Amino acid sequence: MNLKPTTLTQIDEVITHYPTKRSATLPLLHLIQEDVGYIPEGAIEWIATKLELEPINVYEVVTFYPMFRQKPIGRRHIKVCRTLSCALMGGYKTCEQFEKEFNTHRGEVSPDGEVTVDFVECLASCGTAPVVLIDDDLHEKVDCAKAKQLSAQIKAEAKKR
Amino acid sequence: MAAPTQRRIIFQHIDEPGYSNDLACYVRHGGYEVLKKAVTRPPAELIDEVKKSGLRGRGGAGFPCGVKWGLVDRKSGKPIYLIVNADESEPGTFKDRYIMHQDPHQLIEGTMISCFANNVKQAYIYIRGEMPHGARILEKAIAEARAAGFVGKNILGTTYSCDIFVHRGAGAYICGEETGLIESLEGKRANPRIKPPYFPAVLGLYQCPTIVNNVETLCHVKHIVEFGGDAFTKIGTPNNTGTRIFCVSGHVQRPGYYEFEAGKITMGQLLNEVCGGPLPGRTFKAVIPGGSSAKILRFGERFKGKRKVGAEMVDYDWGVEDVPMDFDSLGMIGTMGGSGGVIVMDDTVNMVEALANINAFYSHESCGQCTPCREGSLWMKKITTRMVHGQARHEDAALLKSVADQIPGRTICAFGEACSWPTQSFIAKFGDEFKQYPETKKTAKPAGAPELV
Repeated sequence: MNLKPTTLTQIDEVITHYPTKRSATLPLLHLIQEDVGYIPEGAIEWIATKLELEPINVYEVVTFYPMFRQKPIGRRHIKVCRTLSCALMGGYKTCEQFEKEFNTHRGEVSPDGEVTVDFVECLASCGTAPVVLIDDDLHEKVDCAKAKQLSAQIKAEAKKR
Repeated sequence: MAAPTQRRIIFQHIDEPGYSNDLACYVRHGGYEVLKKAVTRPPAELIDEVKKSGLRGRGGAGFPCGVKWGLVDRKSGKPIYLIVNADESEPGTFKDRYIMHQDPHQLIEGTMISCFANNVKQAYIYIRGEMPHGARILEKAIAEARAAGFVGKNILGTTYSCDIFVHRGAGAYICGEETGLIESLEGKRANPRIKPPYFPAVLGLYQCPTIVNNVETLCHVKHIVEFGGDAFTKIGTPNNTGTRIFCVSGHVQRPGYYEFEAGKITMGQLLNEVCGGPLPGRTFKAVIPGGSSAKILRFGERFKGKRKVGAEMVDYDWGVEDVPMDFDSLGMIGTMGGSGGVIVMDDTVNMVEALANINAFYSHESCGQCTPCREGSLWMKKITTRMVHGQARHEDAALLKSVADQIPGRTICAFGEACSWPTQSFIAKFGDEFKQYPETKKTAKPAGAPELV
């Protein structure tokens, strides 16, 4: 596991926020996932050593929290809200539209490696349903037309690369 | 009767053109003046103001904030922690998001006043993982406040020091439960703790006395200290003081957030006047008044009984539209005000499918440590999903009810209640629809019916 120097600095800083090192487990997992894209092999042991824990203490945290993943995903992560308020306003159609646009299925990396489409639970923006979180950015009132438009944007950005 | 006008206290600056989330803007609008005065007063006096105000927690349970603070063990000699519960994740609730993104300093000021009042030296803001921008905005705001002497060492030149750190969750709903949140902040799985003995006020974070308050609750503290506890009770109604932010979503013309004095607006005024009524050509069928775990109400049902008005007991006979939107009135008719998340469903919605959607949520979010909840939430999901996508049977309603009835009261935390109330109330209110579902499935869906599971 090769972490960026800035990540290592952030890791050392965040540990000081807590009276016990173990509290830094979630922050460290976030920092590593942001750097590498997922929780790679070796990260669990690395964090355990860093925080003076047993690897199981870290592993059980990784498997409990839905946001941590142990496999790489597409370059962009499209999270469509599945819960009631969004579903009432067409969230399932929105998700299907993204799947169609990228020729993929929920939970899988698209064949071009560009995106992973996922259904997630309530994103706390029910008043602007259906909502979609693409990487860090929330998109509101994403009906099928807007899903198409966002997909076109992602594809255009991919072409430039 | 016409709906009252909004009374925006917490959301005063939300969506205000030109209002930004930086310190300079906040200070320009009178920010941190309340904290400056608060640190010159004895802390016990500030706690008294909050007690007098009657403020009830805005996270869902509606527990009086002053009582919560009064339970804190101040004799143990251990440090006292304060945790801001910013893990907003009850489906239908979306108020704290706007406070943190658009007016973070209001939260920081309320937090610092609460910390000073309770002699807290370290506070954490536990923000849900799906709000990365919110976490960054809060971190920047705390850094600004620290540089200006409002947070950190010797705040405002006093001998009092207190820091705030932001801690991000990672997608688990159960972290909104205060003891689950504490476990998570300690770096563990968010399995809630059993009470007794683990009352946060006595044995909370790191086994120290801990206060856990919702974002909106802490913002209210700022205004209580500004107005005075007695003056605050003049806002709202007795036992339901202050304002409430209603988050309306689902099938209305104008979904969104609306802040009113507590108890001064009815469900009908909120949905028909403020939110513009049902979508064209539709009629309201059902509403969940306080986040998805609150028991559902069916339009057309009536609630009768006696209630206290002032010193007298008077009869009430309400339809869903007539119910005042406060903790006590909603409690009287068998549901709850909860977190203020109002989810509206119209006549295109099939209740079996809506319940299947909710059951999938709770089954996904059960932490898994108590068998009745882990297994019960899973089976309620399996049964309702099978009814929609597989074979539906007439006896499924009774089966669902028997599963749901075996969960509440048998679990460590209130998730057991939260996951069984939807099933219990959907079947109590819409039992006919569940029994008819095998036949309904064979007929065409109404036009515009959403896919829900």
